[in-house]
Amino acid sequence: MTFQKDNPVLTVDGASKSFGAVRALNGLSFVLAAGECVGLVGHNGAGKSTLVGIMNGGTRPDTGTIRIEGNEGTGRYSVAVARKHGVRCVFQELSLCPNLTVTENARIAHASIRGFAWRRRAERVVRSKLDEIFPDHGIDCGQSVGMLGIAQRQMVEIAMAFSESDGPARIVILDEPTSSLDASIARQMLAYIRKFVAAGGSVVLISHILNEILTTADRIVVMKDGSVVANGPSSGFTLDSLVGAMGSVVRPRDAAAPPRDRTDTKPILSRRGSDSAPEFRAYAGEIVGLAGLGGHGQTETLVELFRGFGGDWKARTNIRAAFVAGDRHVDGNLPMWSILRNISITLLTDLTRAGIVRERNERAIAQSWRERIGIRTDSLDNPILSLSGGNQQKVLFSRALATRAPIVLMDDPMRGVDIGTKQEVYSLLRAEADQGRTFVWYSTEIDEICQCDRVYVFREGRIVEELAGDDIREDRVLAASFSTEAA
Amino acid sequence: MTWFTADRLRLLVPALSLAVLLAAVFWVQPRAMSYTGLNLLFNLAVPIALATIAQMLIMTVNDLDLSMGTFVSFVACVTATFLQSNPVVGVLILVGCVGVYVVLGMVIYLRNLPSIVVTLGMSFVWGGLAVLLLPAPGGVAPDWIRAVMVSKPPLVPMAIIASVLIAAVAHWIVIRSAFGVVIRGVGGNERSVTRAGWSVLRARAAAYALAAVFAVLAGMCLVGLTTSADANIALRYTLLSIAGVILGGGEFVGGRVSPIGAVIGALTLTLAASFLSFLKISPDWQIGAQGAILIIVLALRLVLNRREGGAGK
Repeated sequence: MTFQKDNPVLTVDGASKSFGAVRALNGLSFVLAAGECVGLVGHNGAGKSTLVGIMNGGTRPDTGTIRIEGNEGTGRYSVAVARKHGVRCVFQELSLCPNLTVTENARIAHASIRGFAWRRRAERVVRSKLDEIFPDHGIDCGQSVGMLGIAQRQMVEIAMAFSESDGPARIVILDEPTSSLDASIARQMLAYIRKFVAAGGSVVLISHILNEILTTADRIVVMKDGSVVANGPSSGFTLDSLVGAMGSVVRPRDAAAPPRDRTDTKPILSRRGSDSAPEFRAYAGEIVGLAGLGGHGQTETLVELFRGFGGDWKARTNIRAAFVAGDRHVDGNLPMWSILRNISITLLTDLTRAGIVRERNERAIAQSWRERIGIRTDSLDNPILSLSGGNQQKVLFSRALATRAPIVLMDDPMRGVDIGTKQEVYSLLRAEADQGRTFVWYSTEIDEICQCDRVYVFREGRIVEELAGDDIREDRVLAASFSTEAA
Repeated sequence: MTWFTADRLRLLVPALSLAVLLAAVFWVQPRAMSYTGLNLLFNLAVPIALATIAQMLIMTVNDLDLSMGTFVSFVACVTATFLQSNPVVGVLILVGCVGVYVVLGMVIYLRNLPSIVVTLGMSFVWGGLAVLLLPAPGGVAPDWIRAVMVSKPPLVPMAIIASVLIAAVAHWIVIRSAFGVVIRGVGGNERSVTRAGWSVLRARAAAYALAAVFAVLAGMCLVGLTTSADANIALRYTLLSIAGVILGGGEFVGGRVSPIGAVIGALTLTLAASFLSFLKISPDWQIGAQGAILIIVLALRLVLNRREGGAGK
């Protein structure tokens, strides 16, 4: 399937990129022509964000080249080069300065606005674009961005990306631009994209609302595992075929245990869903998966569940839930401490007698977990940062599993971990679950979701689907993760 | 609603607290309500206000300068010795100081060091240099500085004019100018500034340089008022300047600062000390009472800030 217009403005050729053990892009080629809107879809880890990073110059591919029209043979591609040639990005996370006003943010975005009366000119640049894209936006450009609502901030980001000062915006990359906009404002933005494209601009649109992609994009590129798996005019796709293209060959589930009938037992953990959303339940000895695209409320749910058990001033000796952090650099590791201390931190109340930690017991427990989970180190007294990423993650797992907590909450803990470590941890989790422990596991990887007994799929902050047993399949998860309702 | 922006809200509390405190001082001591009275109340606030602006510039880029007090003391010693006896060398030393700040700003960013550690270390360096220059209190203020500081302009006392001037200049640089926007942007969201193609290194170096210039002015003003210097003359300035910024509506992180508020904060802190003396509170208790005033104002601010935070969600 090939479909390309003749005049490419941006060409990515054979780009590969690895982050540690994870191969994010696998020799991917992507062409963007003038006057077209390309919809980019794919599930978590398909490599969309990496591709965006390469196109805006922030990420350098390990191999492969990137060419932009008008920059033939003039040095390396970078953020500065990309900006100079009119590449603009709207990212999922806020990329404005919250302490500055809308006008001042326009000044940051456009270095060419300076000198006398810059404030007036900066305001004109951003206000005219806001008025053009979102009539009746009601945003005061003198207000600091931190005071704006989330939807208004998003509107400012979008207007800023399309605004022009020294050079016009030629290639605009929108990563989930409508995630915090309501339907009518989203429609205004999509209409503006069509107008922009008709005038010769190029747009890359990433969205989990497939209808937006189908109605707005000229061409759709479907990514999976760092490669393009489908590429064609959007008229050639339907909602179903798009979801189908994102999945891979359906693999049989390798979970051994058949789903048990739980109707008469009491759940160990439950949380009522809002309005029509299914209720969240977890039973003893179960591995419950939280699926869906990243950032759709899974982490918040885990944190909320965890808070439900804690909040006391006094450390408890009998904790009910343990947490395995996802981003180990931010909320997992204690980077200055030894491996031993990193494991035993959750156990201190158990290990303490009269306020003193019994070091022999501490060491014995850490040693037993080192053998059970296979932490590869000469000595537990080595600093945690001397370990590889996968082994650091194992330390965080032992920290949680070494407690007596019957519930373990996991926030996408296997991100960036090599496949060998993953297999070891999977079997360990299964063994622990068989002994009655309950796991609530948020994962962005389908393979891991398929390890679960039951799965809740999240979209836009709420549960939209509950899957169990043989229904836990990639296509079902994908269909629920992407909004496929007719507009 | 347009007028009622976050920045103006931020100024409301410090301005009100200064007004209340001033009213209290006039009520306890009506004679302060005069040209000389006001000058006496506020003239020591001028160097503090300059040091507060310097601290504020450092805080704008999410750092903290713990060497402010010793640095101002060192500048005061240079002013009372070299600048008086050998102006060329004196000016060179002061320019060199600004250069040191630029290097500090760059090293802190490039090596990703915590600014409080680096500046804490530097405080011993400045302190040591000051003691080397003036082992015992002494030196003489250059005549021209002395003349500026004790001048008596008609109608409005020097201290008030100087404070307004400092606030206006700092406001123009930090809030109005395009350059100030970039510095505050670095404090607010460094990534977005980088993405837009700015050099964060340059912005930080510039913020540090500007801070050094204000701190140098603080030291010179101080000597102009006291006529001689001492290696420990301004040690209190480290904490006073931080308190002044916070009192004036600034925040430790996030690039949220207010130069006008910072000057008002410095005035409030000076006035609080005078007010407590007027009340005949013994100096032993004054520090504690000053702290209590600080806590009350900050509590007020927290209540107002909650509203801003709520609007942002």
